[in-house]
Amino acid sequence: MVAVRDEAVGEAADGSVAGAAVGISGRGSVGDIVFRGFAVAAAALILVALAAVFIFLGIEGIPGFDVDEQHYAGQGSFLGLVVPLLFATMYAAVLALIIAVPFSVAIALFISHYAPRRIAVPVAYVIDLLAAVPSVVFGLWGAVALGPYLVPAHGWLAENLAWLPFFDGQPSGNGRTLFTAAIVLAVMILPIITSICREVFAQTPRLHEEAALALGATRWEMVRYAVFPYARSGMVSAVMLGLGRALGETMAIAMIASPKVVVSLFVIGTQNPQTIAAHIAQGYKESTPDRLSVLIATGLVLFAFTFLVNALARWIVARGRAK
Amino acid sequence: MSISVKDASIFYGDFKAVEDVTMSIKPKSVTAFIGPSGCGKSTFLRTLNRMHEVIPGAYVEGKISIAGQDIYGSGVDPVAVRRKVGMVFQRPNPFPTMSIYDNVLAGNRLNSKRIKKAEADEIVEDALRGANLWNEVKDRLGKPGMGLSGGQQQRLCIARAIAVQPEVLLMDEPCSALDPISTAAIEDLIHELKSDYTIVIVTHNMQQAARVSDETGFFNLKAAGQPGHLVEFNPTKQMFTNPDNPDTEAYISGRFG
Repeated sequence: MVAVRDEAVGEAADGSVAGAAVGISGRGSVGDIVFRGFAVAAAALILVALAAVFIFLGIEGIPGFDVDEQHYAGQGSFLGLVVPLLFATMYAAVLALIIAVPFSVAIALFISHYAPRRIAVPVAYVIDLLAAVPSVVFGLWGAVALGPYLVPAHGWLAENLAWLPFFDGQPSGNGRTLFTAAIVLAVMILPIITSICREVFAQTPRLHEEAALALGATRWEMVRYAVFPYARSGMVSAVMLGLGRALGETMAIAMIASPKVVVSLFVIGTQNPQTIAAHIAQGYKESTPDRLSVLIATGLVLFAFTFLVNALARWIVARGRAK
Repeated sequence: MSISVKDASIFYGDFKAVEDVTMSIKPKSVTAFIGPSGCGKSTFLRTLNRMHEVIPGAYVEGKISIAGQDIYGSGVDPVAVRRKVGMVFQRPNPFPTMSIYDNVLAGNRLNSKRIKKAEADEIVEDALRGANLWNEVKDRLGKPGMGLSGGQQQRLCIARAIAVQPEVLLMDEPCSALDPISTAAIEDLIHELKSDYTIVIVTHNMQQAARVSDETGFFNLKAAGQPGHLVEFNPTKQMFTNPDNPDTEAYISGRFG
């Protein structure tokens, strides 16, 4: 794609330069050259920035793999620290996805196939606005408003669903738990999943929808027969993008859940598994150089992990398209 | 099943697309609609199974009944109407992710009906035989429907439509995307299907109307932006030899359209 565009721009520029030689205005060619230079520079810059981040993480973080024991937050070694953190990162993100995906798909379907236009457009707009709320604000809301509000729910879960490992234990008295954090995280990733799903749902070929309807499908059956099969790979990439955002999200979890470096499925207690991003956010201010390099090393692990998740998502999407 | 239409007008919001159609379609026969582009024949066809309602703001005035039942009566579910009135579209549209087998059964599986394997096999074979496709696909029923040629896909769509044993089969220019050999196959099929179904077909091709239909309706519009209307509805033979209306003759002899 990039190569093709590049060539086309080049040709246009050459063409108009030749035109100038025979007396046709050459004004367009200057614009072309400037714009082309700008586009190439912008594209190169983003790659350079990414490489710089990676190199920084490498240089600063690698020493953190092996420093004095005391810098690993009581976990003894780098692996002892990063494994629980990575677990918690994935756990929080997966919890958020479990909550967000059904809502996102339902909202997207409502917008694309159920609501009349004059309702669908404002709803879509409001959902997109949700993406513009800063994550600090979400964190504040979760810690100050949602958490206390959910305290009774915590009690109920501990009482009635204690046979599930997620709710088996003493519930938190202030609601500042991974459970609350996961809900807030779900609200934060909902807009991106919704808007991508909505786009792909809306692109379902009319022909396929009519095929289902003409057979006597109800609206929901039409969605199952025509919309979902068509949108499958798009939905996967939407979910993966949501996962990517949830993995890297810092503030909501750092502000809401009272942390501990621990591998535990229990989500409604006072000590919640801490994610990599929250661990860095809470630790880097008062750190010695050694401690800092440990934190950066965990950042490197997070970077590599999200990179893998994104690569996986792209692979799944590409495989879906090839069929 | 006979279809009777009385004073039907079709609107898209404020725009009147078709005006005052009255006709009576005989059971187990083929009825063709011809006419220039934009005259409303496809729109009218879609009102016979309420598919026009897919477009927001579209509605019908007048009365359309199938086998004596008003399909626009209060309490009539459009979904139920479409189960009785099958439809085949201009371009073949098998479900792309489904196998040939599952495509044929798609309509039968709606409404979460459970079908036994043996019964399902029988439905698939009957429908594919009915659509003259069985011999070509019997060895690859598990393969995707999209792997077939255009003409085969269209016959697959016909098999899918007749698998639910509708009373009426609507065809909206079913051959316009097909080559002449595939077209001939579909036309042969229409001849065979009319012993079981009431068939209504829209076609751009007058020779096709003459070849396949028993009765023909000619739609026309007075001018662009005006609603389409039914000019003449008569036995096909008469339409093509001795039409009542001079406009029909002009259209059929190729003087416009």
